[in-house]
Amino acid sequence: MKTLATIAAAGMIAAGPALADLVIPDLHYRTGPYAAGGIPFSDGYQDYFTLLNERDGGIGGERIEIVTCETGYDTERGVECYESTKGQGSLLYQPLSTGITYQLIPRATADGIPLHTMGYGRTSAANGDVFEWVFNYPANYWDAASVFVNFILEENGGSLEGQTVALLYHNSAYGREPIRTLELLSEQYGFNLIQLPVDHPGQEQGNQWLQIRRERPDYVVMWGWGVMNQVAVQEAVNIRFPMDHFYGNWWAGAEHDVMPAGEGANGYRALNMTRLGDLPVFDEIQTVVLDAGLGAGEGNNLGSVLYTRGMYAAMLAAEAIRTAQEIHGTAQVTPAMVRDGMEALEITDARMAELGMEGIGPEFSVSCTDHGGAGMGIVQEWNAAEQQWVTLSDFIESDASVIDPLIAEDSEAFAAENGIEPRC
Amino acid sequence: MFYREAGDFKTSYAADSQTFPIAFDRWRYYFVIAAGFGLLPFIINDYWSNAILLPFLIYAIAAIGLNILVGYCGQVSLGTGGFMAVGAYTSYKLMTAFPWLDMVSITILSGVMTAIVGVAFGLPSLRIKGFYLAVATLAAQFFLIWLFNRVPWFFNYSASGQISAPERSLFGQAVTGPAADPSAKYLFCLVFAFALAWLARNLTRGSVGRQWMAIRDMDIAAEIIGVNPLRAKLSAFAVSSFYVGIAGALFFTVYLGAAEPGTAFGIQKSFLVLFMVIIGGLGSIFGSFAGAAFMVLLPVLLTNVLTGAFGWDSALARHFEFVIVGGLIMFFLIVEPHGLARLWALAKEKLRLWPFPH
Repeated sequence: MKTLATIAAAGMIAAGPALADLVIPDLHYRTGPYAAGGIPFSDGYQDYFTLLNERDGGIGGERIEIVTCETGYDTERGVECYESTKGQGSLLYQPLSTGITYQLIPRATADGIPLHTMGYGRTSAANGDVFEWVFNYPANYWDAASVFVNFILEENGGSLEGQTVALLYHNSAYGREPIRTLELLSEQYGFNLIQLPVDHPGQEQGNQWLQIRRERPDYVVMWGWGVMNQVAVQEAVNIRFPMDHFYGNWWAGAEHDVMPAGEGANGYRALNMTRLGDLPVFDEIQTVVLDAGLGAGEGNNLGSVLYTRGMYAAMLAAEAIRTAQEIHGTAQVTPAMVRDGMEALEITDARMAELGMEGIGPEFSVSCTDHGGAGMGIVQEWNAAEQQWVTLSDFIESDASVIDPLIAEDSEAFAAENGIEPRC
Repeated sequence: MFYREAGDFKTSYAADSQTFPIAFDRWRYYFVIAAGFGLLPFIINDYWSNAILLPFLIYAIAAIGLNILVGYCGQVSLGTGGFMAVGAYTSYKLMTAFPWLDMVSITILSGVMTAIVGVAFGLPSLRIKGFYLAVATLAAQFFLIWLFNRVPWFFNYSASGQISAPERSLFGQAVTGPAADPSAKYLFCLVFAFALAWLARNLTRGSVGRQWMAIRDMDIAAEIIGVNPLRAKLSAFAVSSFYVGIAGALFFTVYLGAAEPGTAFGIQKSFLVLFMVIIGGLGSIFGSFAGAAFMVLLPVLLTNVLTGAFGWDSALARHFEFVIVGGLIMFFLIVEPHGLARLWALAKEKLRLWPFPH
């Protein structure tokens, strides 16, 4: 025990980076049943920071130090990663796991380190009045549910009366998030909602698809992640479910989710929070980062859905840090300053074009009360012959009149439970 | 040389039958306890408390609990994760329903509740044995997790099905929630681990433990010499579940702070604790601690050494960690099938003779 402790302590001291840099932890997962999604996201996240380091010398002249830690999508390892990296001056956390986010919300709030959970995590964190240190711009799960319903509403000429929608979800906090919104929307628009939970890690879905075959819902919407997505798409192909009536949320719409099903997956639809396409920034990453051998992964993910999203997350973090540097007039920002920068963040079309990613996301701005951003998403469809996603729609707005009261209700319950005073 | 009983005279039966009859052993034990209570709380930081010592202590309690059932009474159980979930959800319901209740009572009541559930699921053990009992407890595991996923009352109707522990304090010091001091959390768990290990050690030395062991070694013979199998088996299930429930409660309230049944208390948790018991040593309190240390601390240590000292990629290090831990498990089980506790006992045997081998 004692010797173990000494060695571990020595290891930790050796691991500490130089304190002068801007430290960005990347709690990634490149192992386990969720690695297929974790790897491209982490590659994009790290490569963008490497690009900033190599091209611009960091942010505001201050170099970025990426500290990686492998969580394996496991909450206990996530806590361990958080505790081991927070002492190194970490500026903000993006754990890419709703389970880990729930662990980190109280800890990060107590430690004063901002948490950015882009399109995942606790939806009601969009209420900045209650969640001072947590941000989930540009969109959250409830937005996704609403965007999906708005899209199929339009497809059906504005009425879903009598239709049936099956929600196939990962049986965890992540998958359960949209239920409340969908229940409300089903009352509002008169469609039936069937709930089909799939247990972690999601390889066994025979029962659920049997039920889908029996009940013949008009639409299936999936809240899946990791290996669950591939299995679900394959099962849908097997029972010949019409693929253009099968929708994934934005965590169930990457290339690797549909490729294993081959031709059969043609027409599968999914939401996305970023636009796809050939962005100028990819060429820069290719020449500056990947060709120089500095890529975080093998470089084969460049331009894929989740790589783009990881890069987008890194861009939002970098812009927040830049904003913080402008507000406080120093390049050496602290986590508290970064939080101010995130709260004052404004993403415009002009700025995105300047960064070489024109129109990648919607325009939005963050404020003290609103940590949720624009709440918009696009719908994309898989073209199996071309092996690529085709964008079907422009950014679709979610129904704020449904979501805002839900966010207010849930965040106020959290505030009451934890004795938090509104601060705005 | 220094580790021997020569010159260590006992003048009473009590002194002769104490847990640590050898003076050196006793002093080493006192030293570990003193360091654990008097020194560590002053030097540990967030990382040491939250990432290393808390899981170690909590898993040690769970391992002692399972060891009572599997190691002392010979009843195989795969329901540990489910029973931990019972402890966690009981403490959650108590914490939110009775905010004035102190954490010690909540934790003990969670243990009591789990003991009741454990006895209920232990009833089949009177009829079925061995692998068949393991399958019956596996049913308990899946049923309990399903129940906590399914019935919204257990998670207070929250949207995501997550339970999260509100802040509660003891003697004016927060012990749960993010604001709690790392040393307060550590001490809180250490007191439980110490008291429960002491209790387990003395239970297993006394008549109750002897009944359990008689049942384990041969239940028909035990029945013939007057051991009541109903009482012995059910008491083992009750005590074991009590321990596991307390571990589950601490796991949720003090260590994680938020949990969902599927990932925090799934079947892999049952296997993890069972591995701790097997690797540490069946039928040994020290073995439970050693097994918990092996399964909890070794991966963390390997991560720190491989990524920190050698500068490896963290994903590669994680893969190698599986390889190394798996290899070590096989190595230990081949070289010493009775676990780390047996290795420790052999080392002590050797030390007693050293430096004269005869």
